[in-house]
Amino acid sequence: MRVKPMSKSEPASATHYPAAKSVERVEHRTLSILVDNEPGVLARVIGLFSGRGYNIDSLTVSETEHEKHLSRITIATQGTPMVIEQIKNQLERLVPVHRVVDLTAGQTAIERELALVKVRGKDNNRVEALRLADAFRARVIDATTLSFVFELTGKPEKIDQFVVLMQPLGLVEVSRTGVCAIARGPEGM
Amino acid sequence: MQHEMTGAEMVIQALVDQGVEHLFGYPGGAVLPIYDELFKQEKLRHILVRHEQGAVHAAEGYARSSGKVGAVLVTSGPGATNAVTGLTDALMDSIPIVVLTGQVPTHLIGNDAFQECDTVGITRPCTKHNYLVKNVNDLSRVIHEAFYVAANGRPGPVVVDIPKDIQFAKGTYVGPRNIQHKTYRPRLKGDIEKIKQAIELMRHAKRPLFYTGGGVINSGNEASVLLRELVKLTGFPITSTLMGLGAYAAHDPQWIGMLGMHGTYEANLSMHGCDLMICIGARFDDRITGKLDAFSPGSKKIHVDIDPSSINKNVKVDVPIIGDCAHVLEDMIRIWRSISAQPDKKALSQWWKQIDQWRARKSLAYKNSDKIIKPQYAIQRLYELTKDKDTYITTEVGQHQMWAAQFYQFQEPRRWMTSGGLGTMGYGLPAAVGVQMAHPNSLVIDIAGEASVLMTMQEMSTAAQYELPIKIFIINNQYMGMVRQWQELLHGGRYSHSYTEALPDFVKLAEAYHAVGIRCSKPADLDGAIEEMIKVKKPVLFDCVVDPNENCFPMIPSGRPHNEMILGDAGVDPESAITEEGKVMV
Ligand SMILES: Cc1ncc(C[n+]2csc(CCOP(=O)(O)OP(=O)(O)O)c2C)c(N)n1
Ligand SMILES: [Mg+2]
Repeated sequence: MRVKPMSKSEPASATHYPAAKSVERVEHRTLSILVDNEPGVLARVIGLFSGRGYNIDSLTVSETEHEKHLSRITIATQGTPMVIEQIKNQLERLVPVHRVVDLTAGQTAIERELALVKVRGKDNNRVEALRLADAFRARVIDATTLSFVFELTGKPEKIDQFVVLMQPLGLVEVSRTGVCAIARGPEGM
Repeated sequence: MQHEMTGAEMVIQALVDQGVEHLFGYPGGAVLPIYDELFKQEKLRHILVRHEQGAVHAAEGYARSSGKVGAVLVTSGPGATNAVTGLTDALMDSIPIVVLTGQVPTHLIGNDAFQECDTVGITRPCTKHNYLVKNVNDLSRVIHEAFYVAANGRPGPVVVDIPKDIQFAKGTYVGPRNIQHKTYRPRLKGDIEKIKQAIELMRHAKRPLFYTGGGVINSGNEASVLLRELVKLTGFPITSTLMGLGAYAAHDPQWIGMLGMHGTYEANLSMHGCDLMICIGARFDDRITGKLDAFSPGSKKIHVDIDPSSINKNVKVDVPIIGDCAHVLEDMIRIWRSISAQPDKKALSQWWKQIDQWRARKSLAYKNSDKIIKPQYAIQRLYELTKDKDTYITTEVGQHQMWAAQFYQFQEPRRWMTSGGLGTMGYGLPAAVGVQMAHPNSLVIDIAGEASVLMTMQEMSTAAQYELPIKIFIINNQYMGMVRQWQELLHGGRYSHSYTEALPDFVKLAEAYHAVGIRCSKPADLDGAIEEMIKVKKPVLFDCVVDPNENCFPMIPSGRPHNEMILGDAGVDPESAITEEGKVMV
């Protein structure tokens, strides 16, 4: 049968799918997710992010209310406003999820991260590392004649900054927990 | 009710207590204790399929045609992996089913034991929810919960994975009463303020349109009744997705046909040109929207859906209403009536005039022949000869599916079973088995493609065993027609591997399956052959030999907006059908 296109703009794209939508501004968000602490719940949450192509910048999880079997997952993510709304709705659709709160919406949430930072060095570098650690209120939790391990908590940016400063002084390795967060004020989630 | 029993006994008891009458399944080592219990009882009827994918599709057909939850039982490992296609299909089309899978004993999990697979891991992304039961005392509660989750909110498939030692272990059975899920409580009533806002928009709309989907069917027959009432009250035109066919009667003048990639000209141009879109239980799928940036640019959009994640997923809407279709429709009608609302009649009659002009293009027209059967003609005749009977239609996937949607006129909900979201070739035959089980005295027809139907052909053996008189009406164009069509339109006519050589002789194949084979290749013989098919009280393979080169139109090439539709050359010329006013809109 002969084919008669209605208009002659661009040639029909040789694909099964519509083109991507025009780009929107990307926002960073921190979500707090209250879930039943049951096997596989973290896999469901992570699988949702990977399966639907969402980003995870950071993730922390631990049981928070033992008697009620509740865990709290904190996820730092990014996306366009429509994607962020989707992420929240998709999370809420998971059967073991109780609540999802966008801590970044409206106000700034309190965000903290813990880092363990190992530095190896001698002489002046060693002194300088200690001096900077003091300025950042990092504690020494392990020391040898060659090295220190510092423990540091704070906003992720503060930790980033500390790590950058340690680099020339003999940074060996860093272990970070990822962001955990909570809303300001008297109300709970 | 509480008493001691084995896990296997609990499975049977829980299914019976959930009102399950038919269980589609296939045995294996990891479910033998349950099969042993099945052997000892008579309340549950087990239907032995020939492949686990068939069991799941049969349960889907059963569920969709009856409104009940479909139930499946398969073994571990390959039994579970064979069920994955059906699970994904049910997830995409929101079909409530519960699939029980056997698992290796708990102490062997993670050991690469014989016929072990990570069933909950594999099925996590293709189920609404799934469970691995590690304690026999959780088993009955989990099964009841599974039925609750499958059926409530947006329906979907749920898997319960049951290790073999749990099936042998003794524990306490709890009945289905008082099982309410801790967290999962979907919202049924829509926000009244939002509904009032919607009514305001509807009263003042100049070019309104109802766009409905499978959600209306899932919401129950009451939703279709209410939808019809609201459409009549307002006088607005109505279109629907593939999944929503039958919610509104196709013979009604306000029905403007299916929309989307192979929808009618009038439905798609109405979507493009409307100023108010009232979307009820549909999800703005990419087969519907086409190019998103150009999708219905001038309209305000109301969206009713029970699943909040469907809202603002692809298309930003103005009035989102989260709730069950029937509940929201009921409130809409009540409010419309209570304020004695009237549509903008003058604008509406202009709008109808416009739609009628689009209709006059006759976008589904095709050139018939008296030498060769045109596939569209075959389905038209099938419709004419079965419309006064109690008929259920299933389909496979491809051109024949789209022609069935275009030419078979559905007047009632739950009469149309097709794989929409996943587009699973091989769905229709086992689905017909399930539909026939649920409606033993009805006429159940699978409108099939010769390529698709071979994917699950072995279920003819199931149909024979249970004396299910399903009719497999094969639109045999010798091609994977839909693939061939895309290759013709988009890949320079290079028909790479879309022609099936050495097709079986379907008449002989039918005989091999203890069924009846009928072949028809002349238009003049078609009616007689269809009558014969209907008369036979056995399963039938009907080989309807059709024009191999026919294409399915209209068609919106992917990535194009609605108003750049390709029409076949049999319709009415645009110049004579479209007014100046219409041209501006197109
Ligand atoms: C399981 C599966 N594999 C592949 C496809 C891709 N596909 C879509 S339609 C089609 C051709 C179907 O041919 P047939 O059943 O003869 O139907 P027709 O289009 O000829 O009516 C194919 C291969 C699919 N939808 N499902
Ligand atoms: Mg074919």
